[in-house]
Amino acid sequence: MAALGAALLAQVAPSGGAADQLQPLRLPSVEYSAMVPHLILLGSALALLLAVSLVRPRPGKGLYAWFTVAAGAASGVAAWMKWREVVVHGSYRAVANALVVDGFACFMMIVIAVAVVLGALLADSYLRREGLDGPEFYVLVLLSAAGGMFMATANDLIVLFLGLEILSIALYVLTGYHRRRAESREAAMKYFILGAFSSALFLYGIALMYGATGSTNLVEIGSFLAQNVVTNDGLLLAGLVLILVGLGFKVAAVPFHAWTPDVYQGAPTPVTGFMAAAAKAAGFAGLLRVLFTTFGSQRLDWQPLVWALAVLTLLVGSTLAVVQSDIKRMLAYSSISHAGYVLIGLQAATDRGIAGSLYYLLAYTFMVLGSFAVVTLVGRRGDDAHDLDNYRGLATRRPALALAFTVLLMAQAGIPFTTGFLAKFYVIGAAVQAHSYALALIGMVAAVIAAFFYLRVIVLMYTPLSDEDAAAAPRIPLPFGTGVVLVVAVAFTLAFGIAPQPMIEFARQASHNLLF
Amino acid sequence: MSLGGEWYLAVAAALFTIGAVGLLVRRNVLVMFMCVELMLNAVNLTFVTFARMLDDIGGQALVFFVLVVAAAEVVVGLGIIVSIFRRRAAATADDLHILKG
Repeated sequence: MAALGAALLAQVAPSGGAADQLQPLRLPSVEYSAMVPHLILLGSALALLLAVSLVRPRPGKGLYAWFTVAAGAASGVAAWMKWREVVVHGSYRAVANALVVDGFACFMMIVIAVAVVLGALLADSYLRREGLDGPEFYVLVLLSAAGGMFMATANDLIVLFLGLEILSIALYVLTGYHRRRAESREAAMKYFILGAFSSALFLYGIALMYGATGSTNLVEIGSFLAQNVVTNDGLLLAGLVLILVGLGFKVAAVPFHAWTPDVYQGAPTPVTGFMAAAAKAAGFAGLLRVLFTTFGSQRLDWQPLVWALAVLTLLVGSTLAVVQSDIKRMLAYSSISHAGYVLIGLQAATDRGIAGSLYYLLAYTFMVLGSFAVVTLVGRRGDDAHDLDNYRGLATRRPALALAFTVLLMAQAGIPFTTGFLAKFYVIGAAVQAHSYALALIGMVAAVIAAFFYLRVIVLMYTPLSDEDAAAAPRIPLPFGTGVVLVVAVAFTLAFGIAPQPMIEFARQASHNLLF
Repeated sequence: MSLGGEWYLAVAAALFTIGAVGLLVRRNVLVMFMCVELMLNAVNLTFVTFARMLDDIGGQALVFFVLVVAAAEVVVGLGIIVSIFRRRAAATADDLHILKG
């Protein structure tokens, strides 16, 4: 991107003595083929917006949702084809080195595409139930996912920043999408203020990094650092810390997690699910890329920082989840502690650690979207029945729903034969292999604490109801789209929990080209 | 007389700090919002200064990207503020107390 700007401005800049002698305008070639998955999302967002402005829309048919599902699926397929291409021909960079298409990027794009598909299915019945159906919601989901994909393929700090902003700005609006709920508006406000603050910190980090190394390109910074010994590395370290803080906000790592419980609670439930899956995946994509591609040689500088982040995130996330009485807040703290596990894999800074983190993110996407599907249904019209009491006796009212939620919560707790267990197993195994015994131990302790509050919900669901309570309990409808999300999430969680080899192989291959 | 780049960097850092501290201590949402803008513009100044010091035009080009992003943020931010405070007299953050963070 810097190169693009340089080429554009070369014309205007006075060049030494011969100011009248203009240099020819050098434009970088833009390889659109490198960003097919992004363009599908952006294009369908714009097409949807255009179509509903030209044609009088007929809402209430789920048309927008299915269009979004198709767009997300097409984008995912495109990312998969890129993956095949990368596996055969190797990774490559595009658009004046501003983008990189490698296995890691494709993996992350597929995760984000999955979040779009499941999120749109989940939103469909929710929006119609709340009387909010409209194309804008889906347009914002598609745009925000496109931002996430740009983060996944970014090879330049500015592209990373732009992707982060596209992702975040759309998410701010989505958070406040339930206009009549004061909580939703308030969450949007809080998310916006803290999000803008964190982006400003991130951006300042980029500026300092640019000052220290003279480039914003991730690979160029990396090779600069590998070749030069930076004697006065204050700028560099400050930049690194600020970038870490900015991305730490996005992935909700403690101590930058303050927004998470409020925003998760206030946002419309399908948005919470989408945010938890896509924003976390995109944030970690950026974090992994920056830390390994660029600062691979400085790992002794950042490993202690990530270690501290991981420990805090694990402990604070798990312990505070225990005292929550609102399911969405509880899942918010649980998502914080999940971020801690991904950080464990990151801290190990080995092949196995990264593969573990990637597998964790993939497994988490399905678990969290499935869990929020249940929360959406139990939340009922008005989206405010989120107190844990609403889950009492769910098994007698809706056995299938309770069973699905049980599987998903057990997966989040890390019970064997689920993807959640294997994900925890791999990251902790990687920490042990990298001799971070303390971190591995803390991860296990946090898992034990976390198991408590997941099991509490499960026990509540299987508490029998007295007859009059059962009669008084509101009926919970199960719409088709939400049912699909639940089936897919549970099937993935169990199938790859029992036969994990394909997914592990997938994550392992994706992690290859991140490490030199 | 010309000042060295360090001075500009120091001013930018001071502006950034003022913005960050302001965001954390002020209660009026609009002022908090202005603080974010101050932080972003401090970053712009940093970019331009570094671009000048490194004799690399790229840093100046980056400012345009930041400006665009800041504008987009303003649009969305003001929309959210209006939607919340339409029915209220003052725009203070203390009114946002339904969610206990």
